[in-house]
Amino acid sequence: MSVVELRGAVALLGRFPALAGIDLSVEAGQTVLVQGPNGAGKTTLLRLCAGLLRPTAGEVVVLGHDLTAERRAVRRRVALLGHSTGLYGDLTVAENISFWARAAGLSGADSESRASAAAELMGLDRRLLSRTVNVLSAGQRRRTSIAALAVRRPELWLLDEPHAGLDQAGRNAVDSLISEAVGAGATVLVSSHELERVRSLSPRVVTVAAGMVVADSSSRASGTERDVEQGGAPDA
Amino acid sequence: MLNREVRQMRELFTDAGLVATRDLRIEARSRVLLNQVAPFALLVLVLFGFALDADQRTLRTFAPGLFWVTVLLAALLAVQRSASIEHADDAHTGLRLSGMAAASVFLGKAAAVFIQLMVLEVLLAIGIVVLYGSELDNPVLLAVTAVAAAVGVATTGTLYGALASGLGARDTLLPILLLPVLAPVLIGATRSFDDALGAAAVDGWAWLGLLAVFGLVATVLGALAYGAMIED
Repeated sequence: MSVVELRGAVALLGRFPALAGIDLSVEAGQTVLVQGPNGAGKTTLLRLCAGLLRPTAGEVVVLGHDLTAERRAVRRRVALLGHSTGLYGDLTVAENISFWARAAGLSGADSESRASAAAELMGLDRRLLSRTVNVLSAGQRRRTSIAALAVRRPELWLLDEPHAGLDQAGRNAVDSLISEAVGAGATVLVSSHELERVRSLSPRVVTVAAGMVVADSSSRASGTERDVEQGGAPDA
Repeated sequence: MLNREVRQMRELFTDAGLVATRDLRIEARSRVLLNQVAPFALLVLVLFGFALDADQRTLRTFAPGLFWVTVLLAALLAVQRSASIEHADDAHTGLRLSGMAAASVFLGKAAAVFIQLMVLEVLLAIGIVVLYGSELDNPVLLAVTAVAAAVGVATTGTLYGALASGLGARDTLLPILLLPVLAPVLIGATRSFDDALGAAAVDGWAWLGLLAVFGLVATVLGALAYGAMIED
């Protein structure tokens, strides 16, 4: 069963076609690495799948919902890790994680237990939990942000450069998170420039350039992929 | 069917409470209201006093209008602060993805601004009594007017704060958008305070009706329109 199905999807940012007719199908439980040069459309692809953007043309079906008409239906079932942390600087780490758990509809007891588990998974110790986010390092904020998403136990993870700004322990924690999520039946799309690291988690690599899928390891179109990795594709 | 509607209403208000608690906790920790907005508002009252040459009779006559102009100016800061909480680190994207109803977010944020405005109004009421020598002829009318006007300002401000944020120029655009819309609140609240403070012979309760209608319409419209404001 396809969790993500894009057919000729076009997304405009202003007048600029960030996605120019993209085709992609991702099955449940898959981990897919989305790679490509800067400006290729990776982030836009993830935001489109999260229901944050409306497709200008084409068809986008996520978790069984057509996003042209039902964007809000998928949102609670999706987690998007973007470039920003999405945290409240004047709240503590624990308060942030707890807020996002409650915002996702979890009850008090559930939210507390899941918040503890997520914090532990991301290596956020008790000392850090009581600190306000404003005083944390960038890496600690990133960990907190990922933990705040993990409490929701989404069916579809959309991770945009999840290892960015993290130390080795943090990177390992992200890898564990992805493995655990897939083990629990979730689907993961990861956009990353850390190709070797993510490839060890993801047997499938999709290459995007100029808003199009130019290579997909599942369809053995690897000739173009090599060109793109070497910088041959235009920077959209 | 009825159970489903009751559950949805309960969820709406539970989520609104969650957002309001969060905003108030952030305010309590950052103390922007107490350390910046309240001193600004009191300073404006003092400056009005200087501008009117510290004539107590003139100040008493114009105290209702000066009070509400000051509230509106301070409310701009509170509303800007409320909107900036969501945009500081793109938290509003998380809210959109949380599945929380936009109406819940609106009601929660408006409730937090309302509570802050009430604190501000109490401080300013003390300010006009001490600085301008105003007397409370009708404390009940004064209190109900303060609440009704704060509802109108908080709900309208929250809606326009989101609109201005979406247009990407909230700090400069918000006053231009918001102040004209709040003109009925300024007029109604001033007339009602004229009566409550004995500054002029008007029927304050009639003007309070205008404020109540404004607050109700702003709350309903805001809850319905907020979703469109926070979408890209």
